[in-house]
Amino acid sequence: MDKQNQELEIYSPWRDAWRRLKKNKMAMVGLGVIGLLVIIAIFAPYIAPHDPLKVDLMNSLQPPSDEFPLGTDRLGRGIFSRIIYGARISLRVGLITQSIALVIGITLGALAGYYGGWVDEIISYLINVFLAFPFLLFAIAIMATLGPGINNVFLALAIVSWPGLARIVRGQVMSIREEEYVEAVKSLGANDVRIIFKHLIPNCMAPIIVTVTLGVASAILSEAGLSFLGLGAQPPTPSWGLMLSGGRSFIRSNPGMMIYPGLAIMITVLGLNLFGDGLRDVLDPNMKDN
Amino acid sequence: MGEALLEVKGLKKHFPIKGGILSKTVNTVKAVDGLNFIVEEGETLGLVGESGCGKSTTGRVLLRLLEATEGEVIFNNQNIFDLGKREMRSLRREMQMIFQDPYASLNPRMTVGDIIGEAMAIHGLAKGKDKERKVRELLEKVGLTAQQMRRYPHEFSGGQRQRIGIARALAVDPKIIICDEPVSALDVSIQAQVINLMEDLQEELGLTYIFIAHDLSVVKHISDRVAVMYLGKMVELADKEELYSNSQHPYTKALLSAIPLADPTANREKIILEGDVPSPINPPSGCSFHPRCPFAKDICSQEEPEFVDRGNGHFVACHLDPEEI
Repeated sequence: MDKQNQELEIYSPWRDAWRRLKKNKMAMVGLGVIGLLVIIAIFAPYIAPHDPLKVDLMNSLQPPSDEFPLGTDRLGRGIFSRIIYGARISLRVGLITQSIALVIGITLGALAGYYGGWVDEIISYLINVFLAFPFLLFAIAIMATLGPGINNVFLALAIVSWPGLARIVRGQVMSIREEEYVEAVKSLGANDVRIIFKHLIPNCMAPIIVTVTLGVASAILSEAGLSFLGLGAQPPTPSWGLMLSGGRSFIRSNPGMMIYPGLAIMITVLGLNLFGDGLRDVLDPNMKDN
Repeated sequence: MGEALLEVKGLKKHFPIKGGILSKTVNTVKAVDGLNFIVEEGETLGLVGESGCGKSTTGRVLLRLLEATEGEVIFNNQNIFDLGKREMRSLRREMQMIFQDPYASLNPRMTVGDIIGEAMAIHGLAKGKDKERKVRELLEKVGLTAQQMRRYPHEFSGGQRQRIGIARALAVDPKIIICDEPVSALDVSIQAQVINLMEDLQEELGLTYIFIAHDLSVVKHISDRVAVMYLGKMVELADKEELYSNSQHPYTKALLSAIPLADPTANREKIILEGDVPSPINPPSGCSFHPRCPFAKDICSQEEPEFVDRGNGHFVACHLDPEEI
């Protein structure tokens, strides 16, 4: 009993951040949207009334009905079902690209920030070169080189998103490596690997999490953009961007084909951004003015 | 006193100042400029001086947290500057440090148990249950409770955090601990508690301390011998009683006269120094104290005084006759 009480009182820096985050209404709305999206993506086969890929020309371009809640597209596929399955694509894009960017960004950023000198010169130069290109234009150029396809989208978006992360990690590591607790573990005889992984990176997690959350939103938006241009996911993949593109010719007669995927993109990105902003307020001490 | 545990010979630490597009070294900051002293086993050597005189740099160079520019530090019959990475790692077990700022010297993302346990993990001293037991023991030894090992540093007060810092240093059974102003960030009432704890631990574990501070009353309380630094050099080193009653360097005299007394009616002469500490980039010629010294003679600006023993281990670096000041 006594032990249990002790356990309850202890709160880690993360738990403290969660307590403050819970008070931020907009962030909680964002988290709700993200949670809903994840559930939709996982249980898509149970939620969607139709197979998103099944062509049914008899039912093409149907208005919303009981059978097709949001109508059908030119090939008679249910827009509602395709949007449900589209959540899977969008979340995959967000998570995979950010995971790749995270590994590259943290590794290079930490190396540059910790070792400084010529290591930093080279990595910083690389970061600056990558950041010099406009984000989406760079992604388009990479896609044009690699060829269309969802796997290449992961790669292209990871390539354009790691430099921003690397720069943040570098700056954080540079300031944290001067902290006394790092000096203390050095005086204990810790090697560089331990210092970087146990002390530096955990202490720059806060801005990393914020950046990655916003990065997921930006990756989802970019994937939609690329697919819309025909450079990303290829038909018949139920990608939201691709659905937008497919609805273009029917914008007057059947606007739902564009409105609903567009809304899905908007709500998703808005949810992620609201949550990301809330996280920033809670985690990033530089922004903690209020 | 015991034997020499640590011997410092001609220790220098110069920081280059880079300038211009080719980052050429345009000048150097002579933070530590030629130190010679011995630390005896089991003693506490106080190191005092005003801000920027190089006391903290000295501490960091002794632990090789900063690489020395010149000189030798003999510990266990070997010059620690000659040791390779691996040998240095095992030596770090024997030399530890307690840091000035208890709010900055503990990783905020680790529990106290992890912070103290990490010291043992690095040297492979203990694992699992054994490690946990040792952490508990250490926490109790420094006056905290074993239950607190699961808490995070932000849940503790300054004095408690400094105790955690002490426990971390003790975790590897060191012989010598360099204390870099360990109490100057604490309240006066807490200072006394931490100092007493350090004294108790010294007696119990036979530790040797190098106690860096700018508060002369604290140093007087804890030290056996006291060294006074000015602009990267030692100007006086003597047994505590000797130094406080019979200081022979004008700078030491000025410092001592600035200690506040608890007796408001006491009448004494205060030596007020003129001017500021000169820049360690271009230290004055000869004795670096001469521009501020009220007794300076011609020789003081021309020749650097040697750090010599004037008897009974009372070292002074001054050209003047003690009678003159």
